[in-house]
Order: sequence, then C-alpha cells, then structure tokens
Amino acid sequence: MANITKLVGGIVFDPAHGVDGEQQDLYIQDGRIIAKPDTDKVTEIDCRGKIIMAGAIDMHTHIGGGKVNIARTMLPEDHAQDVIARTELLRSGCGHAAPSTLTAGYRYAEMGYTAGFEPAILPMNARQAHMEMGDTPIIDKGGYAMLGSDDFLLRMMISNADQEAINNYVAWTLTHTQAMGIKVVNPGGISAFKFNQRKLDLDEKNAYYGVTPRDILARLAQAVHELGVAHPLHVHGCNLGVPGNMDMTIDTMQGIEGLPMHMTHIQFHSYGAEGDRKFSSGAAEIAEAINNHDNITADVGQILFGQTVTASGDSMHQYEAHGHAHPNKWVCMDIECDAGCGVVPFKYKDQNFVNALQWMIGLEIFLLVDDPWRVFLTTDHPNGAPFTSYPHLIRLLMDKSFRNEVLSTLNPDAQAASNLGSIDREYTLYEIAIMTRAGAAKLVGLSDRGHLGTGAAADITVYTDNADREKMFSKPDYVFKDGNMVVENGDLIDVTWGATHVVKPDYDASIEKSLQPYFDKYMSMKLGNFKISDDEMTADGRGRLIIHPTSHQSGYQEKGGAA
Amino acid sequence: MSEPIRREDVASPFCGIASDDLTIEVSGLEVKVVSNGDAVTQRGFETPITDTQPRVNGKEVDLAIAVAKAADLLRASSQSVISGLATDVNGARAVMALADKSRAVIDHYASAATFRNLLVLQDTGWMTTTLGEVKNRVDLLVVVGSDIESRFPRFFERCMWNEESLFEQDIASREIVFLGKAPSGDASTSPAGKQAEVMACDSVDLPEVVSVLRALVAGRTLQASQVGGIDVAALSKLAARLKVAKYSVVTWAAGELDFKGAEATVQTVCEMIKDLNKDTRSSGLPLGGIGGETTANQVSAWQAGYPMRTSFGLGYPDYDPYLYDSERMLAAGEVETLLWVSSFDADVVPTEGARDTIVLGRSGMQFSSEPAVFIPIGTPGIDHAGQVFRTDGVVALPVQKLRDSGLPNVADVLAAIEEEL
Repeated sequence: MANITKLVGGIVFDPAHGVDGEQQDLYIQDGRIIAKPDTDKVTEIDCRGKIIMAGAIDMHTHIGGGKVNIARTMLPEDHAQDVIARTELLRSGCGHAAPSTLTAGYRYAEMGYTAGFEPAILPMNARQAHMEMGDTPIIDKGGYAMLGSDDFLLRMMISNADQEAINNYVAWTLTHTQAMGIKVVNPGGISAFKFNQRKLDLDEKNAYYGVTPRDILARLAQAVHELGVAHPLHVHGCNLGVPGNMDMTIDTMQGIEGLPMHMTHIQFHSYGAEGDRKFSSGAAEIAEAINNHDNITADVGQILFGQTVTASGDSMHQYEAHGHAHPNKWVCMDIECDAGCGVVPFKYKDQNFVNALQWMIGLEIFLLVDDPWRVFLTTDHPNGAPFTSYPHLIRLLMDKSFRNEVLSTLNPDAQAASNLGSIDREYTLYEIAIMTRAGAAKLVGLSDRGHLGTGAAADITVYTDNADREKMFSKPDYVFKDGNMVVENGDLIDVTWGATHVVKPDYDASIEKSLQPYFDKYMSMKLGNFKISDDEMTADGRGRLIIHPTSHQSGYQEKGGAA
Repeated sequence: MSEPIRREDVASPFCGIASDDLTIEVSGLEVKVVSNGDAVTQRGFETPITDTQPRVNGKEVDLAIAVAKAADLLRASSQSVISGLATDVNGARAVMALADKSRAVIDHYASAATFRNLLVLQDTGWMTTTLGEVKNRVDLLVVVGSDIESRFPRFFERCMWNEESLFEQDIASREIVFLGKAPSGDASTSPAGKQAEVMACDSVDLPEVVSVLRALVAGRTLQASQVGGIDVAALSKLAARLKVAKYSVVTWAAGELDFKGAEATVQTVCEMIKDLNKDTRSSGLPLGGIGGETTANQVSAWQAGYPMRTSFGLGYPDYDPYLYDSERMLAAGEVETLLWVSSFDADVVPTEGARDTIVLGRSGMQFSSEPAVFIPIGTPGIDHAGQVFRTDGVVALPVQKLRDSGLPNVADVLAAIEEEL
C-alpha cells in the first residue's frame, strides 16, 4: 500500500462541501484525498492552526501562445529587472509582466496556485500554446479555443448553416485544438478589422459577412450549451475599453436569453461616459445586471498600478489603444483567417484619472456582485497586472481599511467619481476560497479539483493565518500538487509536471467533408497537420491529458504522463 | 526491392514557409520528393546519408564516448557558446536546458538576419500578417530589397497566385512591385503572364528610397526628383497605390538585406505600414525562418524570456544582441568551447575560432578542420518526428519520421551530454 500523508488539525475552507473554517484532518494517498484510513501508519504533517484550502485555480491567465511570446520577446528591459537564477532544483528564467514559462509555473506554485487556464488559444496557434504550457511546470493547465472571427464559422453563418452543423464545428475545434472551452473575442470584430472596420457594436454588421456580434454570440453560446461543455461560452465583449461600453455589456448579458455565458475581464467593459472627462464607473449597473442574471458569470480583470503589457486577440481595440503604449512600441497582427492579436505595453498610473478609476471600478464590481460563485479573481494576467499581484488584490478585497488607505492616495478626481470608499464589504476566507477554488473549478468544469472531498486530486495549499492577507497569500507553508509536496515554507522543494485538461464532445465527423476542401483551397496548412493528436500532447513523456466528460458523456479519462 | 512507401501532406522543415503539401517516396534510406517539391525542399529531403559514426578528433568512436568527450569539453570551458541551433522544438528545448546548466551563450547561425527584424520589434514594434491572410486578402504586394524566390521558391505560387480566395477577389488583379531588387526568376509572374513591376536600386541606396516612400505616404513633398536612380514621381505613384489598396502587404527577407544598419530600413518600412493603417489596412510580412531560426527564437523566448544572443553565464538569462553575437565572440577569440547544432543542412558548418568545437551535424558535413567531436544526427522531418515553426511565428507544423536511419536526434544527444555534466 502506498504511503499515506495526514495533514493534522488544519482549519479547512472547502466551500464545495460547505466547510467554512472547521478543524479537520486530511489524508492523501496516490495523489488523491482519501477518507480516514483504518491504519495508523501515516506520515503526519502538523497543520494545527493553519488555514487549508484546495490549490487555487486561475481561470483566465495568458500564459501560453503566440501573443504572450511576442510580449516576452519585445520586453527585454522589463525582464532584466526581474531575473530568477538557476538553482540545484530550478531552471533560470525571468520576466515581470510576461515571465518565461518556467518562471510562471514556479511562481504560481509558490502562491498556492495549482492550475491556470489560457483563455485565448487561436486554433491555428494551438500547437504553440500547448508547447508553451507544456514547458510550464507544476501547475495543471488548459485553455479555451477562440472562435467568432474565423472565416469558417462566419461563412457557415451566412450560408444559414443549421445549429447542429455549427455544434459539430465547435466540437471538432475543441477536440483537435485540445481545449477545455470556447472563447469569443470582440465577436466578429477581429474579422471586421481586417476589412478596415474600426469598431463593431453589438448589432453592427461585419462589412463583408453582414453578421452581427449578437448573432455570433447566440450561435456559439447555443453550441457550447447543446454540446454539454461545462465551461460556458467565454466572452470578451464588444468595445473593450471604450467609455460608455457598459450599456452594450448589459445588453450582451440580457441578449443571450438565459443561456450560460461567462463575461471575462468585465472591468474593461463597465465604463460609463458621464462627467467632465466623459469616463465614469458603470460598476453598480453591471453588478446589478450580474446579480439579476443567474446564467451569467464574470471575472473582473482588475488593474493594479505599475508596468505591464496588454496582450489580446482583440486586434481592433489593441490597435485603437496603441497611442497609450508605454514604452512606445506595439504589435498588431492579422492571423490566418482565424483571428488576430495586439500586444501593447502599458503602465497604469495611480495619479491618472482614468487608470485610478479603472482600479476603483474593478473593486466596486468585486464588492457589489452578491454571489462569490459567479465572480472570479483575475487581473486578466498580464493585461490588468501580472498574476503575482493576486495576494495584494486579495488583501484589497478582505481589508476595508487597507483598501481605503490605498484609495485615499489615488487621483483625487477619480476618488470623487467613485463610491468605493463607502462600500463596507470585506471578503471572507470562505468567499476567497469560493472565488479562487470551488467556484473556479465548477466554472471551468473540473470535477476533481478546487475541493477537498474524498476522491479529489490532492492539490492542497496550507497557509499560516495572518491578518495581513497579502503576506498570508504570498507565501503558503505547504503546497501539494497531486499529493506531492512542492512548496515548503514558501520555497519550492520539488518540480513536477501538471496535466492538461480538455473536453472532447461527440460530433459528426462529416464536418470534415466541408473542412477538408476549405483547408485545401484557402488555408496555408493541411487539415491533418492542423490537428493536435493525443499522442503529440503526451509524446515527451511528461505531458498528461485529462479528458473531462461533457454532460452527454460519462467517464473521466487520463492519458500519458508515465515518465 | 520492395515498393517505395508514399507519404502525402508532408511538411518541409527546410524553408520558412513550411509547405506541407509535399508527396514523398521513401525506399529504404532514400527519400524522394515526388510532387510539390522545389530546389530547397528537394535538396533538404534528398541529401543522402553518408557518415553515421561519431568521431572524436577524427577517430570513429561510439556515441557514448563522443557524448562523454563533449561533456568534458563543456565542463572544462569557462566560455561556451551553443550556436547553429538548426533544430526542431524538442532540440531547441534541449539546447536551453544544456545552456542553462553549462552557463553558455546561445545563438543561431541566421541571427544576423533575425536581428534586423528583432531590433525593430523591440524598439517600435510592427503590424504584420501571416501567410494564410496574404493568400486570401492581398491586393498589392511590395517586396522590399529582396528576391524571395531563391529562398522561398513557392511563396508566390502558394500565397499570391492561388486559384481562389475566400472573398471573391479576382486573383489575376493582384499586383506585385519589387522595390530595390529585381527578382532572380519568374516565380512572381502570374499564371496569365503578368510580370511584377520592378523599381530597382543599389542596396546601398535602399535606406534612402524606403525613407522617401515613407515620406510620400505621409504626404510630404520632396525637392528631389530622383532617389537612388528611381524617379520620385514613380515612388509617389507607389505611395498612392498603397493608400488606395485595401490590404497591401509589404514583405522582405531580412537575410537578403545584407548591409550595415539594415534594421533602420526595416523600421522605416514598419513605421510606414503603421502610417498606412490610419486609413486603410496594410501589413508587414517578414520572411525568414531558415534552418529553424523561428523555432529557436520562439523556444528561447518562452523558456528564457529572451530570443537568441542570451547568456546564462551569470546563472540567469542575460540578453545582449551585441555582446552575445556568437560570430563576434568567435572572431574576438572569446569562445573556449563551441557546440554547433546543425541538423537541416550539411553545408551549415561552424565558424572557426573556438578553442574546441563540438558538432552535432547532418550526416555528410565536411569540415575545413576536423572538430574535436562530431556526432552525425538525424534531421527532423526525415529521421524523427518533431515540430517546426514557420516564418510568421504563428503556425508550428508537425514533421514526421520518414525512415529508420538509426541516427540519434538532437534532443536525445544534448540530454545525454547534460546528464554527464
């Protein structure tokens, strides 16, 4: 019988099972949490007085793929200030805003995170995204394939393809890009930019195809729902960053007519156009809309002050933002009749009215959304701030006096334009555990992560309670990944390789009858070479696939990872 | 003799556009491109295997002995450089791990060309597009200072003169203008016989010609009537065409811009493209990616944060495109051990100048002076499977094992050397 580890006497926060700060023992065997065993032969780890949660899950973080690597390549000056030396255990690396893959994995694990999901896998670039994530140690990963500006879908839509055909295409894409969900970015807008359109409202037609973002959202949300994929359509809405965009954001939520939909980095879509500067907070209205629509979830995309880089598939709005590039260099790309990207370095300044108000809007949304199961802690890494600022963000949410202290130092006009100072709410540890663990796992569709029940993967983080929540969440005492202790007293002690989570919905293979000639005629690569096989994902011996069932399937499959 | 084995939709790792529609026949160790080949891919696939045995100081040895010797040389070296770097993704991963452990500098043999682009990316950025977009959208292609077809023989066939586009464009109406250099052949001529326009100048005049074109696009008026032998009026017309084009593409092969300060010319082109995008759409298409150049830079960027010309000598990645230029280091006598990785082209041999040279090279490599260690290695896409990046840095193509040569791959040999350190 394999060794059993017992975590003795910790204060457990496990919202998936309604456990709110109860003293419990946990048992780990073969990488899983097990029920109390009959034997006394266990290795004990003293966790008395310590806080125990499942490993944290970042459900939206740009950690792998073409635009991230462009960001890395174009920012040598940013890396040079943040280097990681090689040790006996760790490879060297660097990068503050856009860290190297190795560094990203180490830093996530050091903060008690055990999974991260790349939200913008361009299907044509999926192989690169997976190769980068494959070189990201310790944490589990996965991603959402981007559709909505790809010419194949838009052509299906103008030829009035039935929903079932679209479902087949969506399922085919999920399967062969090895993705966990579907994302849409500025629906149809990346395509519109290629036709020289510079904005695209929810009901505005793509100049060539005549389809609207609303049509695209409806088709894709329906497809994801009908396929039984757990993660709802992941939506980066229209008009990112445009003052006054809040009305369209609310219209987007209402317009989906009850289908599950996740609104990502909603802070960037919650702007009013009031006041002297025609820029104001729409947080109250946005939060109210979320509160009133049970089908809607959102992550915030909080901004924090300092240098970062914005990397997005939204070439249209990244082009628009290039005037703000700091330092003044930027990239925009049209990509393979599939999507696009824009990379714009950015420095958020606390004395700048707009930046300060963006900070306040994000926090207002966190504090005004009632249900922590439907709002998620993100900075849209690295777009709002690097993920390493999460402990600081948690302190802002949990500590009103700290929050108001920071608030009082920001641009005074922005302070006057925000109600943040009057909001009393402080997040509890239980709510943080929902937002960063149980809720995130449920949203992504990870049945055996984000909780501490029997049978769950033993991804566990143990903290020393500290009133300074930033300190507490920066340096856990222990982090276990699949049962292996990888962090002890804040330091990495072991480097493991996590799995890639995917879904493979059933579909009618006849979809390839139209895809095959489409690739042959129009694409620059062959259909067969586009597909990423399970074998390719696991060929290096350390890649491991976890295939989650859709609601129409049963069973949970693991492949690879023997080495 | 048995029938040759036929493989369809084979991807070529030998040129940056990575065509993946080749048909290949394999008979034993012999590989033949039977359709969609060109001079570059045929040479790449069809170069026969000659030597298969590793050598130490010219004497044939077992692989284990060659590996041990390579490890000894790296261990004893106070300044190692790993260059060439003509390999696939897994080979590049192994290079990174070994460089980190041996505190080496990494560089690629085509870096001189790469940095004409990278310095621009890191200074002001750019707006670019990819091969698939060009194929479906381009209405005006301007080729700056490059021939294209000698390095990328099928670029025009695959991306300009395809039979149809997604958007009902009349393909025959596409226009090509060569600015600075005339093409070496007729690959750019349309199937109906329409020849590309040529506005030739000496390469020494190209920076000025490109600057004038940018000024004209920006609406400036010039006193001069000629620049580099080209009429300003003609450049003015080209500027006007760029402004009315719906999706112009400006391309260049940095490897051909072989003059001092070429990065400034690339920058001028890229800033002109940004200016054009105020009103219409226009994109750059840097063509490169020879010998795994894109692959090496991509893997290095994601694992270390930096592209080529990064040193691990301080125990962490330190990037300096001047200081860690391997050619400069070799010429200055700064390199004790050079580890040269060259798995695509037997003609890509190490530069002299290191105290000791270790070569992981394609079978058949000839040296003017025998390296301390030579290990013949397999070629990705022929002797083993792998992934390679295309010029645009977006598409990574899977390449396949076509024959059973027994030649080891770069990743395994480097991992074995690392293990010995």
